[in-house]
Amino acid sequence: MAGATTLRLGAAADFGQTRFEARAATRETPLVKWLILGTALTFFAVFLLMPLIAVFVEALRNGWETYATALVDPDALSALRLTLIAAAIALPLNLVFGVAAAWAIAKFEFRGKHFLITLIDLPFSVSPVIAGLIYVLVFGAQGWFGPWLAEHDLKIIFAVPGIVLATVFVTFPFIARELIPLMQAQGKEEEEAAVVLGANGLQTFWHVTLPNIKWGLLYGVILTNARAMGEFGAVSVVSGHIRGQTNTLPLHVEILYNEYQFAAAFAVASLLALLALVTLGVKTWVEHRAAHAQHDVSEGQS
Amino acid sequence: MAAARTFRMLPGFNLTLGYTLGYLSLIVLIPLAAVFLKTAELTLAEFWDVVTAPRVVASYKLSFGMSLLAAAINAVFGLMLAWALVRYSFPGKKLIDALVDLPFALPTAVAGISLTALYAKNGWFGQFLEPLGIQVAFKPLGVLVALVFIGLPFVVRTVQPILEDLDTELEEAATSLGAQRWQTFRHVILPILFPALLTGFALAFARAVGEYGSVIFIAGNIPMVSEITPLMIITKLEQYDYTGATAIATVMLILSFTLLLIINGLQAWTAKRTGRDR
Repeated sequence: MAGATTLRLGAAADFGQTRFEARAATRETPLVKWLILGTALTFFAVFLLMPLIAVFVEALRNGWETYATALVDPDALSALRLTLIAAAIALPLNLVFGVAAAWAIAKFEFRGKHFLITLIDLPFSVSPVIAGLIYVLVFGAQGWFGPWLAEHDLKIIFAVPGIVLATVFVTFPFIARELIPLMQAQGKEEEEAAVVLGANGLQTFWHVTLPNIKWGLLYGVILTNARAMGEFGAVSVVSGHIRGQTNTLPLHVEILYNEYQFAAAFAVASLLALLALVTLGVKTWVEHRAAHAQHDVSEGQS
Repeated sequence: MAAARTFRMLPGFNLTLGYTLGYLSLIVLIPLAAVFLKTAELTLAEFWDVVTAPRVVASYKLSFGMSLLAAAINAVFGLMLAWALVRYSFPGKKLIDALVDLPFALPTAVAGISLTALYAKNGWFGQFLEPLGIQVAFKPLGVLVALVFIGLPFVVRTVQPILEDLDTELEEAATSLGAQRWQTFRHVILPILFPALLTGFALAFARAVGEYGSVIFIAGNIPMVSEITPLMIITKLEQYDYTGATAIATVMLILSFTLLLIINGLQAWTAKRTGRDR
């Protein structure tokens, strides 16, 4: 399922004409070209661009003062804090998992490898609502560990640990899915050379593997972070919506919206939209750098 | 089996594979198994009653119907957008290329309230559609709009790399053999693109069926009319009907796993057809 989000290398360079426009056999008549271009760009503008612009326009509808007030509201700040905490825990956990899984899968042969990759992909194909539900079934009051947790006065569901768990689940495959194909393509000759020369496992990983996978790793981290901070459905199920305690930023947006505080809801939403724009910016930059790195490697080999 | 064991030069196999399997089981497999175990507490007749209740069936029809329609719309317009991004040069192309991924990066709740604001009666789009008798927000059509938004990048991003790799020689050969441009597209380009297009369609559909955040704001959530299946799970949970919620989740999970298998098959087909790794 990660097929659509994986790192793209070497997007066509566009200096003036594309290589398809330069040849008579691969270009359309101007009328057809403008029809396709016009339709595609109109579709893009209506379905992607306008929703993005609307967030900022609605946020500033009542002026900057209302905007600022919404952002420094104690409930908004506590939601921001919880969002940062959830991402700060989920990210390193899935980073360690992603690297370990990619090492085992890319550097070694074993039976059931394809099945394992499919299992790692599972969280992508599960509805976010079900991602929340499964932890309610395990840790909720009526769940497997519910009575034991209540006895020991521990709370997971409708509390911060549940939110962290749900966030870990929905971002589970991102880094692993990015690293597995990358490390498979790179083979294991360089690592084997390092081991022959006397490096131990950690040294080999740190000095040989890591420099090779740094762009893919960064790419996975960005995607994980964006999803972790923006997750709504899964977190909504396990949160319990306690203001100032178990609300993340997306849940805070929902509460404000349902209370008809539209300007405030869009003000908080604009923070998340900014995060999305920064994510896309860094992502494009990483793609650019990774394409260059690959270009340099192929230059060096020829 | 001892004879089949090969010498492993690199260290860390047992550690990393062990960690991978342990973490995968704790976070994903065991909690997911809870859904099936909880459902097994129901008798078959009870299960059937829950998952075929009229309100639930109405939600399947809406979720599946709108997801199929949204994926089809995205297949057509996503192909056009990918085509424009690969084949034509125009100002702002790099920016648009980067923004195609917006639905991946924008939190679903933000997309949800923004689309609702656009299509509400007095919204930027709604005020023009309302006099024409077209209501989008709080109607099934609103669900469709949200699902189109969420699914678009899946089609563009699966088709785009295949289009970029396409050899111009193929089209030149077709043209020199006397093919019209449309014939070249229909008989040369489309067969190469088709597996990727189908994969993008399936990915967009799979995402749409499970989507929650961007849909619930614009859907209006009217029983029998504009309730999606994931919302039915939430509704059951809010009534503390855990077995009911789990039964519906089981139906959705089985569908998701089937789709995952189909998508894996489609990706293998794309790889075979185009010689790409993924």
